[in-house]
Amino acid sequence: MFDVPLSALTAQVFTGLVLGGIYVLMAIGLSLIFGLMTVVNFAHGSFYMLGAYVAFSVIGVTKSFWAALILAPLVVGALGFLVERFLIRRLYGRSPDDPLLLTFGLSLAMVEGAKLVWGKIGLTVDPPKQLAAPVDLGFMNFPIYRLFVIAVTAAVLLALWLFLEKTNVGLIIRAGSRDALMVRALGLDLNRVWLLVFGIGIGMAGLAGVLAGPMRGVYAEMGVEIIIDSFVVVVVGGMGSLAGAIVAGLILGEIVSLTTFFAPKLAELVIFVVMAIVLLVRPSGLFGEAGLAE
Amino acid sequence: MIRAALHKVTAWVTAYPVTSFVVFFAVFPFLVPYQSLATQVLIFGLFALGFNLLYGYTGLLSFGHAAYYGLGAYGTGIALAKLKVTSLWPALGVGLVTAVVGGALIGFFCLRRRGIYFAMLTLAFAQMLYFVAFHAADLTGGDDGLRGIPLHPLTLPGVSVPLRHPLAFYFFAYGLVVLAVAGLRRILDSPFGAVLQAIRENSDRAVACGYDINRIKLLSFVFSALFTGLAGSLDALRLTVVPVDSLYWTTSGQVVIMTLLGGAGTFFGPFVGAATFLILADRLSLVIEAWPIVIGVIFMAFVLFLPRGIWGTLTTPGVQR
Repeated sequence: MFDVPLSALTAQVFTGLVLGGIYVLMAIGLSLIFGLMTVVNFAHGSFYMLGAYVAFSVIGVTKSFWAALILAPLVVGALGFLVERFLIRRLYGRSPDDPLLLTFGLSLAMVEGAKLVWGKIGLTVDPPKQLAAPVDLGFMNFPIYRLFVIAVTAAVLLALWLFLEKTNVGLIIRAGSRDALMVRALGLDLNRVWLLVFGIGIGMAGLAGVLAGPMRGVYAEMGVEIIIDSFVVVVVGGMGSLAGAIVAGLILGEIVSLTTFFAPKLAELVIFVVMAIVLLVRPSGLFGEAGLAE
Repeated sequence: MIRAALHKVTAWVTAYPVTSFVVFFAVFPFLVPYQSLATQVLIFGLFALGFNLLYGYTGLLSFGHAAYYGLGAYGTGIALAKLKVTSLWPALGVGLVTAVVGGALIGFFCLRRRGIYFAMLTLAFAQMLYFVAFHAADLTGGDDGLRGIPLHPLTLPGVSVPLRHPLAFYFFAYGLVVLAVAGLRRILDSPFGAVLQAIRENSDRAVACGYDINRIKLLSFVFSALFTGLAGSLDALRLTVVPVDSLYWTTSGQVVIMTLLGGAGTFFGPFVGAATFLILADRLSLVIEAWPIVIGVIFMAFVLFLPRGIWGTLTTPGVQR
């Protein structure tokens, strides 16, 4: 273990940060949607998958990764609007299990739909030319595209934070997740806020998919793989807590990445072990409030 | 008039559930296109029955029931193929014990959280078992599945019946499933069963009534794992192979779909749902390759418009939401 060259280890730590970034983008969206409407969106991973596929098609038409980076999350987010407006909205007031079941059915249809449209064989997306080469950080070489992913994740989180903390709409969102009834009593139309939040969350999942495409490939089952990991992130961080989603996402990204390095066979298992330990020691998650939406 | 007749039939079936089950499934293999489909309906109906005990009657939505199904299947499969057990009964016993122990352990962890977290946790733990089975290829066969499970004849005092013929296997499974159905009826009619439904309706009030609901929920979880494990064991014998996908989340999803199609929280819903799903999938796959899209859309429509499922809607006419 001590024979490992330091540069390889550092590279793996950076890779963990990239994976953590993807987890954070997914978990924040899940957590935001859950915090506001107590909807657990099983199809969140399928929108991530859709983001990657739409990006592939946009690149095919425009030959530009940058166009895909902007357009794909918008397309996916718009689809999120439709799903909230015409499907999820019918289930408010029913058991919180019902939206989970509905989005499970949606996810099943989306996975098969993607296979129908884009084929069963996985696709590859190349990173943009400007970001294709590795960069010399002085102590190691690292694919510049991955640094770019970290930067985009950080920028999106900053933008989201500014939106939630500094704008009027953000204020309503935060108030709505505390006490929806009171916000309605003040005469605000929460339906529009929910629509917006659902769209934003789904758009972030789409963005995560676009970013992950060049690193992990594009295939129909990619969404279901990430949704299970994202659920673990949310359980470890504490559902509804944005800080929890960020911290847990980054920690789990690092743990998975370092386990891949030292014991590749255990890489898929390790996050479940972490989850079991957190559940034993702190059942409500690192940042979770006990009893929230239980 | 048709409505009244239907009502009479469903009322009789509801009044004499176990007898109805025994009669209907005795003739069922002669009503479907081929007999192995009937066996599949029986086994997946039992799987859904196990899931329904937890979701329909106790109100706990598990998205990881593949775990106990897979544990039952691998337990029985490994006993026969690797440990060379030469009789059916001990092999079935190993499958059931594996499923029950797994259910108790996973249930203990998952029941630390309630509601929506519970669903996510059950999914995560089942997926963990999938990866374990995937990598422990020496024991489980890994990605190729566990192969070479011999189908020994059924030995009862004084007789030995070979199970090679599909109809012989059907009635072997039928015997065990009838026992399970009678067992479930007994559980539901007991005070314990009443408490389960009290927890589903209002768990805070159940606590206030002095029930140790965590213990009761865990017990319900373990019973559910027992029925589910029996379904897994039987399926390992039916296929003489355990595909690693038995533990995959899609298997958990299938049982959720079946139960909701049939009617969660109804006694026959799981079997109605399993039959609907399997016959639909069987017919659809002949027409379109992407048949799960159709199933997904039908399932969404049920969640939105028919949350009581087929059997639940038939047995409660007039009480529309």
